[in-house]
Amino acid sequence: MRLELERRPEQSRLMLFLSPVMAIAITVLVGALVFAVAGINPLRGLYVYFLSPFERMWSIQELMVKAAPLIIIALGLALCFQASVWNIGAEGQYTLGAIFGGYIALTFADGPAYVVLPAMMLAGMVGGLLWAGIPAVLKTVFRANEILTSLMLTYVALLVLDYLVRGPWRDPMGFAFPETAIFTAAATLPELTADGRLHLGVVFALALVVVFALALPTTLRGFEIRVAGNAPKAARFAGFGLSATILFVFLASGALAGLAGIAEVSGTVHQLLPTISPGYGFTAIIVAFLGRLNPVGILVAGLVLSLSYIGGELAQMRLGLPLDVAMVFQGILLFSLLACDTLIYYRVRLVGRQRVAERGDVA
Amino acid sequence: MWLEPILMTIIVASTPLMLAAIGELVVERSGVLNLGIEGMMIMGAVCAFAVAMTTDNGFFGVVAGMLAGMAMAAIFGSLVLGLATNQVATGLALTLFGLGLSGVIGESYVGESRSGLPRLDIPGLSDLPVIGRVLFGQDALVYLSFAIVAGVAFFLYRTRAGLALRACGDNHDSAHSIGYPVLRIRFLAVLFGGACAGLAGAFMSLSYTPLWIKEMTAGRGWIALALVVFASWMPWRVALGAYLFGAITILQFHGQAWGLGIPAQVMTALPYLATIVVLVIISSERARARANTPLCLGKPFVAER
Repeated sequence: MRLELERRPEQSRLMLFLSPVMAIAITVLVGALVFAVAGINPLRGLYVYFLSPFERMWSIQELMVKAAPLIIIALGLALCFQASVWNIGAEGQYTLGAIFGGYIALTFADGPAYVVLPAMMLAGMVGGLLWAGIPAVLKTVFRANEILTSLMLTYVALLVLDYLVRGPWRDPMGFAFPETAIFTAAATLPELTADGRLHLGVVFALALVVVFALALPTTLRGFEIRVAGNAPKAARFAGFGLSATILFVFLASGALAGLAGIAEVSGTVHQLLPTISPGYGFTAIIVAFLGRLNPVGILVAGLVLSLSYIGGELAQMRLGLPLDVAMVFQGILLFSLLACDTLIYYRVRLVGRQRVAERGDVA
Repeated sequence: MWLEPILMTIIVASTPLMLAAIGELVVERSGVLNLGIEGMMIMGAVCAFAVAMTTDNGFFGVVAGMLAGMAMAAIFGSLVLGLATNQVATGLALTLFGLGLSGVIGESYVGESRSGLPRLDIPGLSDLPVIGRVLFGQDALVYLSFAIVAGVAFFLYRTRAGLALRACGDNHDSAHSIGYPVLRIRFLAVLFGGACAGLAGAFMSLSYTPLWIKEMTAGRGWIALALVVFASWMPWRVALGAYLFGAITILQFHGQAWGLGIPAQVMTALPYLATIVVLVIISSERARARANTPLCLGKPFVAER
């Protein structure tokens, strides 16, 4: 018995949409298995992980709060992936966004909110954009592999943040803890509800989804990006600058990751710490793929992956599972998705030994 | 004597890079790009440490690390070769999965430590000044890493099987039509890469710093990937590159000891920055970058009937 792949004449649109659903189903099944192995009743485990986040208002709000940065980053990454540009350094661009915006928050702490907050968001976008600009320029000018350069820069970005919060930016009143002063009210994104952590960053995410959903299919830039990814030769022939497209998607995704970073710091963390992300920049890669690189899909996928974080926290509290289980589930989800995506391009058959042998004879 | 400790630490810092990179070189020469080295390496590290602690035997630990790397590689190989999935995305998934799973497995071992692997000691030779301990006082994995590089160099250029492997990497359609089992050759190459990454991880948690720390590989798997590009896919250049990077990594410790007044974070960032610089230099020389790049690198192979 072995698998045999047969290329479909055209990619299956049905499978394009069915594949994420199948992948989530497989992940849930594997999850049940993992719980069983860990000696936890699988049904109880699945309930705590995937359903109990919906029990309380605060955890539903938390779901949206954690989905916001994932969605904002993934919208940008989807641009890159459509153009076949592998920006996997969003975590670093997110961090630089938090640093640039955080600088404004700490320096102009007493300014009026209607000036400070927009300036912070803008600075965050600039920070992310500049950091993404490095691998973009290295790729377009020197042809350096952007996967490695953008990832290396993530490590550097985390060290820059670490240096700042332990060194020059450390709160003098903070008892030597590695953290900056807490942002003033003027530098904090307003909360939307009285009893939760829902903040304006969630609105940013929703607004960006709408803008992307409207702009991508209708603008020339959206078309150029898709052509650059699917048929780079055609793009060159049509006079679309390939380098310009690479720069554009890199800078745009960097700016979005930067915005996500400063929105998260200003809305949720309220200060700079050595760690300001549970790996949003990497999880957003899964969000982009699960959402089919489509803005509305990314909205849904962002909530699904956010659930993996909240579920992980609840599983830690109620079942005593380590937090890293969330990352394991995320990895399994991406594996399953990639496996199911094979069905978009290929028909998969199980071939018995005998048939293989017969075919061998004919050949 | 200041030279000896520096040489000793360079060797220790270079060995995991060399092991991981030489494995990936074979994988890439067969036409497969496995970006999941970091994930395989960290799984190798945690499994090696866990087994060494429970059995109180370093050798079993090393074997466990190698097997863990191979198991991770088998997942990658099944998806990428069996189902022709996107190699970049699958490699990323392997890294995320490995980082998460290693955290789960290692949770109960945080804070424990071992005494390191036994060192080769040849009475007389090991006592020679400066070079004595450097050449004759390392643990077995250091010697093994050089043996593997020599073995890979011999295999790729002097054996028929090595020729077949390179053929798969350069033109899988031709290799298939001559009758080479492309997917099987690639799967074996991927497994070999996993074993090497697992060994590299085992060296990290059993010898480099004989304890388990979450995400202790700290990007070395990615640096190993860059080393393969730096080496233009040639085995001995991998060894050269690994030692160059090992030396840069070591600068951070000695830089702090010499009290240059540079923030620790700047020194820690050096290997990452050096990786970027090296990639830029190598990639901008087009002719050299192209000469040895396996032509089918990263392209899925599905047999047409």
